[in-house]
Amino acid sequence: MSAVTLNAARPPARPVERGEARLLGGGLAAVAVLLLVFVVLPLGTLFLRSLYDRNDAFVGLANFAAFLNTPSLLTSVANSVTVALISTAITVTLAFAYAFAITRTRMPGKALFKLLAQIPILAPSLLPAIALVYLFGNKGFLRDLLMGHSIYGPIGIVMGEVFYTFPHAVMILTVALSGADARLYEAAEALGARPWRRFLTITLPGARYGLISALFVVFTLVVTDFGVPKVIGGSYNVLATDVYKQVVGQQNFGVGAVVGMVLLVPAVLAFAADWIGQRRQMALLSARSVPYRPRRRPLGDGLALAFCGLVAAVLAGMLGMAAFASLVTLWPYNLTLTLANYDFAAFDSAGWASYANSIRMAAWTAAAGTVLVFTGAWLVERSPAAPVLAGVVRLMAIVPLAVPGMVLGLAYIFFFNAPWNPLGGLYHGMAILVLSTVVHFYTVGHLTAATALKQLDREFEAVSASLKVPVWTTFWRVTVPLCLPAILDIAIYLFVNAMTTVSAVVFLYSPDTKPASVAVLNMDDAGEVAGAAAMAMMIVYTSAGVRVLHAVLSWALQRRTQAWRAR
Amino acid sequence: MTFRSALLGAAALLTLAAGSAEAATTTRLTVYTALENEQLDPYRKAFEADNPGVEIRWVRDSTGIITAKLLAEKDNPQADVIWGVAASSLMILDAQGMLLPYAPKEAGALKAAFRDAKTPPAWVGMDAWMGAICFNTVEAEKKKLPKPTSWADLAKPEYEGQIVMPNPASSGTGFLSVSGWLQTMGEPAGWAYMDRLDRNIAVYTHSGSKPCKMAAAGEYPIGISIEYTGAQQKTKGAPIDVILASEGAGWEMEATAIVKGTKNLEAAQKLADWAATRKANELYVNFYQVTAHPGVTKDTPNYPKDAEAAMIKTNDFRWAAEHRDAILAEWSKRYDAKSEPKK
Repeated sequence: MSAVTLNAARPPARPVERGEARLLGGGLAAVAVLLLVFVVLPLGTLFLRSLYDRNDAFVGLANFAAFLNTPSLLTSVANSVTVALISTAITVTLAFAYAFAITRTRMPGKALFKLLAQIPILAPSLLPAIALVYLFGNKGFLRDLLMGHSIYGPIGIVMGEVFYTFPHAVMILTVALSGADARLYEAAEALGARPWRRFLTITLPGARYGLISALFVVFTLVVTDFGVPKVIGGSYNVLATDVYKQVVGQQNFGVGAVVGMVLLVPAVLAFAADWIGQRRQMALLSARSVPYRPRRRPLGDGLALAFCGLVAAVLAGMLGMAAFASLVTLWPYNLTLTLANYDFAAFDSAGWASYANSIRMAAWTAAAGTVLVFTGAWLVERSPAAPVLAGVVRLMAIVPLAVPGMVLGLAYIFFFNAPWNPLGGLYHGMAILVLSTVVHFYTVGHLTAATALKQLDREFEAVSASLKVPVWTTFWRVTVPLCLPAILDIAIYLFVNAMTTVSAVVFLYSPDTKPASVAVLNMDDAGEVAGAAAMAMMIVYTSAGVRVLHAVLSWALQRRTQAWRAR
Repeated sequence: MTFRSALLGAAALLTLAAGSAEAATTTRLTVYTALENEQLDPYRKAFEADNPGVEIRWVRDSTGIITAKLLAEKDNPQADVIWGVAASSLMILDAQGMLLPYAPKEAGALKAAFRDAKTPPAWVGMDAWMGAICFNTVEAEKKKLPKPTSWADLAKPEYEGQIVMPNPASSGTGFLSVSGWLQTMGEPAGWAYMDRLDRNIAVYTHSGSKPCKMAAAGEYPIGISIEYTGAQQKTKGAPIDVILASEGAGWEMEATAIVKGTKNLEAAQKLADWAATRKANELYVNFYQVTAHPGVTKDTPNYPKDAEAAMIKTNDFRWAAEHRDAILAEWSKRYDAKSEPKK
């Protein structure tokens, strides 16, 4: 049997007062209603369109039939799955090793490596695309590395997707690996277990929930992402570009909705996996546990440093290439450097205003989103009653991951702009952008919060209950401080994603709220590759600045509130 | 309520009051457009100077996105006017009953092909753009590729793997080329031509301007795209020639229409009137050589000469619109199921 059996049997849900139980149930119901209104109903409105043709005539399942008869359908499905499997295998392996090095070794510069892992998330998807073309395209610096293969196809897609999904996986896996009970390792060592065996029987099972989450998050992100395959995939069809063709190329919402529904399949599987993982996962940190502190191992630490250094160098290299692209006069014929590309007013009438819009939008998304995501996850994990309701909320929290942004954006138009919708006032202005972005990135935040919460022993609450401390006091005084690193991670995740997101908001912005990420696409559309790269780099600099601020803040907090992790 | 929040509330009320006072004197028109960014400011300023009291608020995106947004908002339209969106998109909206037919004052002076055939017309054209070949002279030199002058040239074996073109299922530009070939060559010959051309295509892209940008950046020597992007890239210094094929080019036009249900009808009509004036066409001609007004044309820098002569004479938009689904299905069946890109 695995070492998990070392964990004490899960204590019963804490005995709560009746009033408390009612309040918690009410809170959970409120989260359920929010997710219902902002996830399920809009998507439902869109998916109903799969039963109608372009002229709003009811056609039953004709769109499904049309989809199944698409000549390239099988190719698209096979391509999607192939690319997603390869990308997931590469990303999760790399991310696990990287997260392991950050959490379980004594290599130097861990904080720096944690920051560098976030590079891809700071960059609008256009940047890696530009970088890949400038590196591996037919005029690229490193094209010979591809040995005659074209970057425009599966190779380019996999490279782009690994780059794009890496930070998501690192984020989940770092949280999953950061909490460990030193007693398990001490006991194993005392019993003579070799390091490899300790890894297989303690580390892996302990991180199982995070690992499964990471696998499904990466897989689903790859399957639903259309940004990378659209720009670098050439003629290699995947399901996500099929949605693009139907919705943007042909305005055929019915068939687009059908493909959107097909893309939900991995999310449903993810939910099943989440549910299984969740039943198996024990609390890693019981009230009695002793935080694990890695020992100095010169060889292992050196290897970890070399590995992380290599990965970080690749990530930074891609960004550096993009930064270079933003300074070049005319690729590839005139490589003189210039700052002219940063004069945005020359290419875009909105100029710097869209940059200000993005900052406002990202700040709101981080503030509102973090409160909602963390409180929601806590209610799901800790509500004493209503396991069914908790399950429903958990499912609704997974769904957004599988919804391509384009589908979400259209669904929001159909739902919030409907004449009968009392929430129609939200449709104009910043609110709809913030809401759609919170929803779009809800899942990874939720999984991070849930992973952090699962590692906290319920005994904390049992003890405080027996001391007659109200449950919200425990939440505020114990749970939130203990989970603070995860909470900050969620906030920064929402912030940087809000800075770069395009696919949903492109349908939702109004003249006064155009975000910088859309300006980037518009400039690229207009042929101003360098200008687009320059605006994208402004997004990167901003997010990086906020990210560094966050690192300083985390470090300070760590010292104040996380001292318990040390022995 | 704290003092500060009271203050904030008061400030918000004041802003609102100021906003509505301003709104009383000016009408804000929400205009959906796919115009290029560089055109937005000159067009808006010129219109507002001639029409005091009317302000334009742009919602701008690429043709596909803006058309999808308009269609999705059908039950509760947000746009007052559409100015600078492909006529074929406006025909889709018209078929959905979303446009308010209106004859601008000077519409009679425009070329007949640049007006909707109905009276009053549902949309009125502004200018035309057409399918063109972007040819990178530096890369062609290295690869010893001759300069193509016709569509037929592009199907020759020496160009194998050297051409990029937009996927017509994703891009209106791709579709206008395909529709142009089918109309000029006839259906069987058109498809046979595309079969031969397909062997030479390295990549089908999802964006219409991308092939020309790829050619400009030397990724592939030849891009089938539009002449506007070609001229623009050439102006920026890219070593490309913009070629209009000798058989004639498929073309499309930008057009203006009023959205049915607009609450600012009077202002919307002012814009529709203005967009059809000679003065407006004299602005359009700074970017496109062929405009709706018969007297307005000039040699735009780096633009291929005699563009109007290259446009195919009978471009049947209605035929193209009606057969679009069938054409795309056939196209996808023939060329879209490729799994590996050619080298």
